[in-house]
Amino acid sequence: MKEAVDNALDACEEAGILPDLSVEIRNHESEECTIIVEDNGPGIIKQQIPHIFGRLLYGSRFHAVRQTRGQQGIGISAVVLYGQLTTGKHAQIMSKIAADRPAVVTSLAIDTSKNRGEVVAQEVQHWDKPNGTRIEVTINANYRNGKRFVYEYLQSTSIVNPHARITFKDAEGQTAVFERTADTLPPKCVEIQPHPYGVELGTLIKMAKEAKSRKLASFLKTDFCSMGDRTADAVCQEAQLDRNLNPKELSRDQLAQLHKAFKKVKMMSPPTECLSPIGEMLIKRSLKNETQEISPECIVTASRPPAVFSGNPFQVEVGIVYGGKLPKDKSVRLMRFANRIPLLYQQGDCASTAAIASMDWRRYGFDQPNGVGVPTGPAIFLTHLCSTQIPYTSESKEAIADIEEIENEVRLAFRECARKVQHHINKKVRRVKTREKFDLITKILPEIAKKSAHMLDKPVPSLDKVITRIMDVVWIEDAIEYEKVKRTPGKAMQAKLGTDLAQLKDDGGWITKSSILIVNYKNKPQRFSLYALIPKDAVIGTITPQPTKVTPDYIRWNLESIDPTNKLDVYFELAGLNKGDFDENDLYVQGINPSYVIGADQWEGE
Amino acid sequence: MAEKDYKEVISKIDSIAQKVYSDLTKAEIPHLNLSTRTKANIRFDDNLNVWKYGKQTTERSAMSLDGAYMLLRTMYLVDFIKEMINQKKSSTLRETYYISEGWNLAKFSSQDESDLLAEDLEVITGCMREDFKLRPEEDGARVIGNLVIEEVTRNNAKKRIHCQDDVGDAGYGIPYNVEKEKLSFKQIDADFVMAIETGGMFDRLVENGFDTDSRAILVHLKGQPARSTRRFIKRLSEEKQLPVLVFTDCDPWSFRIYGSVAYGAIKTAHISEYLATPSAQYLGVTPSDIINYKLPTDTLTPEDIHALKSELDDPRFQDQFWKHEIKLQLEIGKKSEQQALAKYGLDYVTDTYLPEKLVELGLMKK
Repeated sequence: MKEAVDNALDACEEAGILPDLSVEIRNHESEECTIIVEDNGPGIIKQQIPHIFGRLLYGSRFHAVRQTRGQQGIGISAVVLYGQLTTGKHAQIMSKIAADRPAVVTSLAIDTSKNRGEVVAQEVQHWDKPNGTRIEVTINANYRNGKRFVYEYLQSTSIVNPHARITFKDAEGQTAVFERTADTLPPKCVEIQPHPYGVELGTLIKMAKEAKSRKLASFLKTDFCSMGDRTADAVCQEAQLDRNLNPKELSRDQLAQLHKAFKKVKMMSPPTECLSPIGEMLIKRSLKNETQEISPECIVTASRPPAVFSGNPFQVEVGIVYGGKLPKDKSVRLMRFANRIPLLYQQGDCASTAAIASMDWRRYGFDQPNGVGVPTGPAIFLTHLCSTQIPYTSESKEAIADIEEIENEVRLAFRECARKVQHHINKKVRRVKTREKFDLITKILPEIAKKSAHMLDKPVPSLDKVITRIMDVVWIEDAIEYEKVKRTPGKAMQAKLGTDLAQLKDDGGWITKSSILIVNYKNKPQRFSLYALIPKDAVIGTITPQPTKVTPDYIRWNLESIDPTNKLDVYFELAGLNKGDFDENDLYVQGINPSYVIGADQWEGE
Repeated sequence: MAEKDYKEVISKIDSIAQKVYSDLTKAEIPHLNLSTRTKANIRFDDNLNVWKYGKQTTERSAMSLDGAYMLLRTMYLVDFIKEMINQKKSSTLRETYYISEGWNLAKFSSQDESDLLAEDLEVITGCMREDFKLRPEEDGARVIGNLVIEEVTRNNAKKRIHCQDDVGDAGYGIPYNVEKEKLSFKQIDADFVMAIETGGMFDRLVENGFDTDSRAILVHLKGQPARSTRRFIKRLSEEKQLPVLVFTDCDPWSFRIYGSVAYGAIKTAHISEYLATPSAQYLGVTPSDIINYKLPTDTLTPEDIHALKSELDDPRFQDQFWKHEIKLQLEIGKKSEQQALAKYGLDYVTDTYLPEKLVELGLMKK
């Protein structure tokens, strides 16, 4: 199933179609179960079907490197073969390539001696879908044992593929839908030439044989990335090979020399456009969507800039879901992904686990005996590694090997996330305390005044001055609301400052409304500047009062002076975000002693 | 019962409201100060010969949420007391706790809270709980001995009760008010008062006729004694010049019972001079008795050990006798009960143990 889902997602993305997958499992009485995976991909022409589904290890790409799912797992053909060997049943593949073409149903067997798929029967059939592929394989397996894993696998897949919609129908006939949270496909992965640091000797030999260049130097420059004239010369010199040699005529030993020389010459890192990270906002959105029942306290994500190990570009993205109904006394749940594929097994051997375990989580409020190991606390940790070459520990491809560069990046990303979580918690604790004081001055103190006045038969005294003495802070409170507006098709637009709401409505989606209340509970008038951070993709709508400065990252107000016990309302609207994308204001103040202020931190500059 | 003049009580109560009110009008955070009621803040008063609160004070301020709640409850409670005085009513502490159900934000969350606040008011005003028309539950502490008590009953009639002949085996029940207007000692023929911690031992001594044979007034303390029981013992000791002996289990909690009878309790140190009997002597069971009489024992729990250690720096237990006994108990790590004396038979306590102890204390000749 995993193979089929991966292939389907790859196929859809390559064809620029938003994937809509349906997975069904049917349990037979005997130890057999049937797996059906259907997609809305481009379909496969009938001549190709035996090759794709019937040949082991077919389709290995040329030397160009690119981030794909396909490099993982055993391959769909192995599944077809396994089904054939254990149940004697042939795989049924239905595929349709265009709305005006009929669907072709192929019954496929694999001839193991020739490593080739054989068409047992092929017929034409009507299919409602305009295009897509459906594969049905019966295998010998106990579905009941794996039941939880199938669900988890699909849920996890949906989290890292926010653009995909997956419907799952289990053997008991229950249906679960993992809805998409993004309407755009991830940008297509660009192919790059292999980087000399990452190329294996065998591949180098093969590349040399098939080289189109007649000279060694130009072979290096055209078939590898990060190779300029100077670097190519340096490599030739290091390998003690003439730059004019014909690559096709190089001996194995000469190529081995060349391979060694690669490692000794300093080169530029490979380009990183070839990576397709999910993005902080999208990870947050999917996590939010999939953890609704837990109602977590906060979800934070962090993306590291691309980095390189042995010539392979990679990028780490992480997320933390914190609080809510997650158990406080259990180990943090880890979710690991590589190139948008969930890794379900061998958690203990994985570099991401090691990186997490090597951090001291106690300082971030988690339980962790001796400051090592996977911490305990109400949280889910997500790690996504994308790379042109995922370094697995073994053929089963379930754990990432312990590469120092990767572990470092994972650690840095989690550190950033953990800081955000801690910031959030601290802020909350402070707010609860202030909220208590607020109760005190609004409810209890007036009662005390009333009661004492009543006993003495005197008028109730004014409390303003006592209130400022008790609170002695400037209090900032904010609330965020969302308003659904009509959706009309159209591209996200760059609205200018002060854009009318009606205009924004044309863009459709949700309007995020942020209201900030500032109350001066100090005994003197206060005057300061307020900054509100805004997310990168947001479009700013109405702002009151008139802001002093607006940048893509923040809004700044130089507020007018606020008298004791007076308040001031600040309001702004954001469009271009989904409901819940912006769920917490990040407020800063300047020009006032930050210890006077509750609800905002000192502005540290941009 | 003579009608008491409550004018002074009312003016003291009003002064609390006045203090809070004037804080508010002066734009000050309302607060009340009262003596800190902890072990660290009790001092021996040479004039009164009892332990009283020292100079430390605690501030109840509306600066904090807890403090503000406390002040609000105080306002409600004093208002309630004033109303009771005006309407000539009284209520039990438990009733007061339930009355607070109707006080919204000022509602008490447990009876401990309302009891403590009533004590706070005593400390602040210098009045007694009884002045506030608040009384404890009947605690049923009882007395048996050759003693005639005259009690003013609820019908305002005077009734004389002989605490041997007019009572059953349970004895005379001490009422919550034992002040002179309510109760007086008419006739007494005894050599000493013995205050006993457990009901089982009290009954044993009664059954064995210890009160007649040894000319003793037996008072059942019923664990940590109520104020009225302590006041009763104090009056008996002072007015009739009788020595008082305290007979308890051998554990740190029982030592505290003795402490509250003889020195005054930490919680009620503001009225120690009314309640404490400085001349009361500790009879046993002492840790030394455990060894000398080879008594059956239990091992000290961690709580016991903690309590013993805390007694070591309790100013009330600083004399040679207590220091020695507490250290000894920590050393042997054992505790024992009064009734463990039954190891040697039911009559052992009256025939052997108590006579030996009384000789030791010089209250009986060999």
